Amino acid sequence: MQVENLTIDSVREGLARRAFSAVELATEALRFAGAENGKTNALLEICGERALAAARRVDAGIAAGEPPGPLAGVPVAVKDVILTGGVRTTAGSRLLANYNPPYDATAVIRLEQAGGVIIGKANCDEFAMGSSTENSAFGPVRNPVALDRVPGGSSGGSAASVAQGTSVVALGSDTGGSIRQPASFCGVVGVTPTYGRVSRYGLIAFASSLDHIGPFARNVKDAARLLGVIAGRDPADSTSAAAPVPDYLSQLDAGVSGLRIGLPVEYFKGLASETGDLIAKGIEVLGRLGCKVREISLPATEYAIACYYIIATAEASSNLARFDGVRYTCRSPESGTLSEMYRNTRGEGFGAECKRRIMLGTYVLSAGYYDAYYLKAQRVRHLIAQDFQRALAEVDALVTPVSPFPAFKLGEKLADPLEMYLSDIYTITCDLAGIPGLSVPCGRTAQGLPVGMQILAKHFDEPLMFRLAHAFEQAGGVEG
Amino acid sequence: MKITEQEVRYVADLANLKLSDEEVGRMVREMEEILNYVDKLNELDTSGVEPMAQVLFETDEQAGWREDVEHVPLGTEAGLANAPLSGAGYFKVPRVIER
Repeated sequence: MQVENLTIDSVREGLARRAFSAVELATEALRFAGAENGKTNALLEICGERALAAARRVDAGIAAGEPPGPLAGVPVAVKDVILTGGVRTTAGSRLLANYNPPYDATAVIRLEQAGGVIIGKANCDEFAMGSSTENSAFGPVRNPVALDRVPGGSSGGSAASVAQGTSVVALGSDTGGSIRQPASFCGVVGVTPTYGRVSRYGLIAFASSLDHIGPFARNVKDAARLLGVIAGRDPADSTSAAAPVPDYLSQLDAGVSGLRIGLPVEYFKGLASETGDLIAKGIEVLGRLGCKVREISLPATEYAIACYYIIATAEASSNLARFDGVRYTCRSPESGTLSEMYRNTRGEGFGAECKRRIMLGTYVLSAGYYDAYYLKAQRVRHLIAQDFQRALAEVDALVTPVSPFPAFKLGEKLADPLEMYLSDIYTITCDLAGIPGLSVPCGRTAQGLPVGMQILAKHFDEPLMFRLAHAFEQAGGVEG
Repeated sequence: MKITEQEVRYVADLANLKLSDEEVGRMVREMEEILNYVDKLNELDTSGVEPMAQVLFETDEQAGWREDVEHVPLGTEAGLANAPLSGAGYFKVPRVIER
């Protein structure tokens, strides 16, 4: 068996015809991860004991004649902002370098109940803040497609692990594009579900009105299957949606002929690049499949980044207040008074990007500025959401690029934080509106760098989004 | 919007964040650049637009409620396990009251 080429279907098939047991698969996956991870630094921790225990449960179930769960035996990587009880969870931060969570996130419980085998914890930007995974306190992740380039971020480790083959599927989190952008950079599928579709219980919070947990996979069907496992109401997260979870696989092959696709003109302005050419080819494929493609306008788009970086930093400054050297984190040894202890712990513990966002967030929420920044941004957010509501009443889905450019070189954008923020332009609107979005591979540049095509749909219309992406993938996507 | 070093130090104080002098200098430049950029929101007339604090979709008013059932809480030992300093079932912090 070659673990780097497995899909959920091939794992299921292999187990069914006894080509391998779950323990044999886990053992080989752990060996492969141990041997290969050093090339990318995608995984911060390889959890052999937990993986083998999960695999033994799967084998015992099969031996007892129980029907295998939807993820039976499947090696999974989990982004290190998602709690795994008893397995170190760092959020990519020095502050949590030794944090050992006392409980599992709901998404983790669900994927293990479905037979999933957690192989390791995936590296990420500190507290999920960044677009390149260069902000991890434990070293950057290298893109397995081109080792001198970033994998995107903040879920760069999850995307790189799936692309490299150290896991078959992975969990990431997305607040402004942190699943779709690394998926596009690494040439895999990444899904940001509807806000509330997946419980965030056990997700270390960054910006609570924007945070999502979602899947990475090597194909659309695997991503749909993983979402089906982790989605659904959770009493432990009052923001999780009560809407029933449909069977995401049942409509995958329903075809896309006659579907109305909108191309937001604002997302294509000035996209005269290889990325633009590849997306144009992707849209031609959708046209050949019978989709009706037309231009549409989302006029508030140009205000999205400004809106996002006010709301996200304001919420982050509140959420990160809990890391203060009392309950979870290490503590600065140089602390006389309580106040010094807080300040020193946080000053020594947080990296530059987290400090920048805490400062911005605290500033925009401070007395005298709340109305001008935070309240204003919330009003603009409403305009952005209304744009999508109007557009998605006229068309079934929107198709856009994921990122204006493919994976960039390590260090290339670190010096200019604003430029790094501006690169999120095509992904953040989806999070602000709370609609689902997906990145599907859409060819490669002349240098061999993957480009992703983004599909956006109405709240809870993941089935249509998956159907469209699956049809595109089955049609062969875009050559190159 | 002009940001002063004094403002940066004041905000760092609010955020309980110790910054070195070099960090303060960098923060003055970076915050000013980013805040100047976000000022573009003022080009938009948002009078009459309701602020959006949460993602909104049609749902039952009680959808966020859960059943009122007992469950076993984490417990003191597990809750304290990651604390840098604890004792007698409590988190310990530097003394705040002088005898």
